Amino acid sequence: MTEILPPLLPLAVGVPLLLAALGVALRKKRLARHMISLGTLAVLFVFAVLLVIATGDGTVLVHQVGLWDYGVSIPFVVDALSALVLMIMSVLAIASVLFAMATHEARARFFHPFVLVLMAGVSGALMTGDIFNLFVFIEVMLLPSYGLLAMMGAKLGAHGARIYVSVNLLASTLLLVGIALVYATAGTVNLAELHGAGKEDPAVALAGGVVLTAIAIKAAVVPVHGWLTRTYAMTSPAVTALFSGIHTKVAIYAIYRIYSLLFDGDERFLWVALLITSATMLIGVLGAVGEKTTRSILVFHMISQIGYILIGVGLFTLLGLTAAIFYLLHHMIVKASLFLSTGAIEETYGTGEIDKLGGMLKREPLIAVTFMVAALSLAGLPPFSGFVAKFAIIQATLAESHYWVAAVAVVVSVFTLLSMLKIWTGVFMGSEPADLQERALTYQQRMHGKRYLRVQAQAETPTLTIGPPTATTSAVLAGKQAVKVPFKLIFPAILLAAITLFFGLGAELLMGWSETAAENLLNPMDYVRAVSGA
Amino acid sequence: MSIAIAVGLLTAAAVYLFMQRGMVRIVLGFVLASHAANLMLFAAGNTAFRGVPYVGSGEVGEQADPLPQAFVLTAIVIAFSITMFMVTLAITTTTDDDTEDVEVSPARLLAADRGDTKDAGFFGLTTESGDIVVEHGEDETGEPWPEKIPGPVTPAETQEGDAR
Repeated sequence: MTEILPPLLPLAVGVPLLLAALGVALRKKRLARHMISLGTLAVLFVFAVLLVIATGDGTVLVHQVGLWDYGVSIPFVVDALSALVLMIMSVLAIASVLFAMATHEARARFFHPFVLVLMAGVSGALMTGDIFNLFVFIEVMLLPSYGLLAMMGAKLGAHGARIYVSVNLLASTLLLVGIALVYATAGTVNLAELHGAGKEDPAVALAGGVVLTAIAIKAAVVPVHGWLTRTYAMTSPAVTALFSGIHTKVAIYAIYRIYSLLFDGDERFLWVALLITSATMLIGVLGAVGEKTTRSILVFHMISQIGYILIGVGLFTLLGLTAAIFYLLHHMIVKASLFLSTGAIEETYGTGEIDKLGGMLKREPLIAVTFMVAALSLAGLPPFSGFVAKFAIIQATLAESHYWVAAVAVVVSVFTLLSMLKIWTGVFMGSEPADLQERALTYQQRMHGKRYLRVQAQAETPTLTIGPPTATTSAVLAGKQAVKVPFKLIFPAILLAAITLFFGLGAELLMGWSETAAENLLNPMDYVRAVSGA
Repeated sequence: MSIAIAVGLLTAAAVYLFMQRGMVRIVLGFVLASHAANLMLFAAGNTAFRGVPYVGSGEVGEQADPLPQAFVLTAIVIAFSITMFMVTLAITTTTDDDTEDVEVSPARLLAADRGDTKDAGFFGLTTESGDIVVEHGEDETGEPWPEKIPGPVTPAETQEGDAR
């Protein structure tokens, strides 16, 4: 299998791009477009699973694109880390697309093509072994995201999009400057050829520092996190869920890869990373405790969790990297599940404000359970994957005698639980606000307009459908259960919550893979040898 | 040295423009910033070599490094496309390109987006006639999706909002 797979690597970028074009061309065939999008993502997932199996023993798969010599061509490299991240990201994309189909957002003209181009960029950014090409693929990811962000949030999306585009373009320009400096000082942008250059030459280290700073802006670590909290809450829940697992996480992947190769895990700078990650954990979670809508709480949590994930790079030991990679994979799943379960409420009842919701435990028990599972996993409670992730992280920090980092990690967990309880008590417990039903109906009518009237007219049993407050429904309103989140909106969140439970109970499996990935990062010689063909 | 001075000046001007009020100025700042980055990429290829890097034109020892030129060529088109998008954002969000920050929370903006003027306060997000336009693009038949719906804003409510 290790002979067949490498030449197929560029297809992971090429096929989604090609089918995105097809999606643009097929204008009036809704079902075909849904199928193309879901089908491509499913195939990408299967391909990623094959890659995970093939790289499970520490093998590094390499394909020199265009079959040029080493150092001339752009190498596409897959090791355990890139394969695992690609696998989880394709699961996330499938869940988010299913959610968007349920909210009818996926009917928007360019939704599916944008998602496919985004995933093509993700595959490219994860596989490339060349920093300039990484920059290009990050832009390939970002451009459709600008479209999705602005398109799905209507006018407020445009508010968020201005900030999002500006900050990301600034970070990209800085990344470009960093790459120019790396090329000027080291004479190459190929990561395998750059191996260890940052450790030996301070000039290259400085250039690498510029690259890492630019990527850190994209990952939203603490001094530069404000852009994320102000933009992710300003688009639709489906898009937020999709972005939550992709952009910042690709940036984190790039930080790991570059620090492992360019700096060869240089121990002199690790304290900087630990300082920044501790600040990120703490400030992120404090912001979350202060927020008032479900989505903005979750967005601040993302920042805090990014701090946890980056502890691994600050420790750079086998234990630390294994824990952090496990955390990365676990966190992507859990965060998306949370965004989708609270998003389902937001899409049905028209608001994510904690003050305006309540009593959802009785009304929507299925969502309540799904949210509870993911929230406990995020806070790190035993049966779920979050416990394994946090336990391993804290163990790794203690093994390196970084007691203050471990203390921050534990204290932040308490605050995480606190703000999750804030959502729980505000949204799920308590009594229902009197105007909940009315608000939901107004929202449904506004968002779905004539379509809902049509659905209403066709429905045999009006009690089960959502509709505007017409004479028929007003009578129904007296009954309590008139508005309910449809199952197709809850399903993606349940899917992801089940995965976090699976990875909690069967942590051995994912832990083993994470360890292989960590070994690849810790000893990048395998990577370098595979790429150089030596 | 001259290229370093040029990069420095462009960066300084870009940073100055980023801090200005108005989206168009920020876009101009980004144009200058990407110029600076591109010049820097050129400089990375060692500007002592001034020859044209075509095969067969001049000595190999005098030709410029072609790799940074390819980098710049790629970066120019990327920056160009993002600049176009930003210019579009500058004219579509509100009635002008002002970037002065109103203290807006996502919750209030969400309320404004769904036409809930009571919760939204006044953010200029509704049109003058009181219609709330929620545009999420087109569906596959080319119709705008979802349909435009006249808002439930009564004149009394609008005035209340304006006063705030």
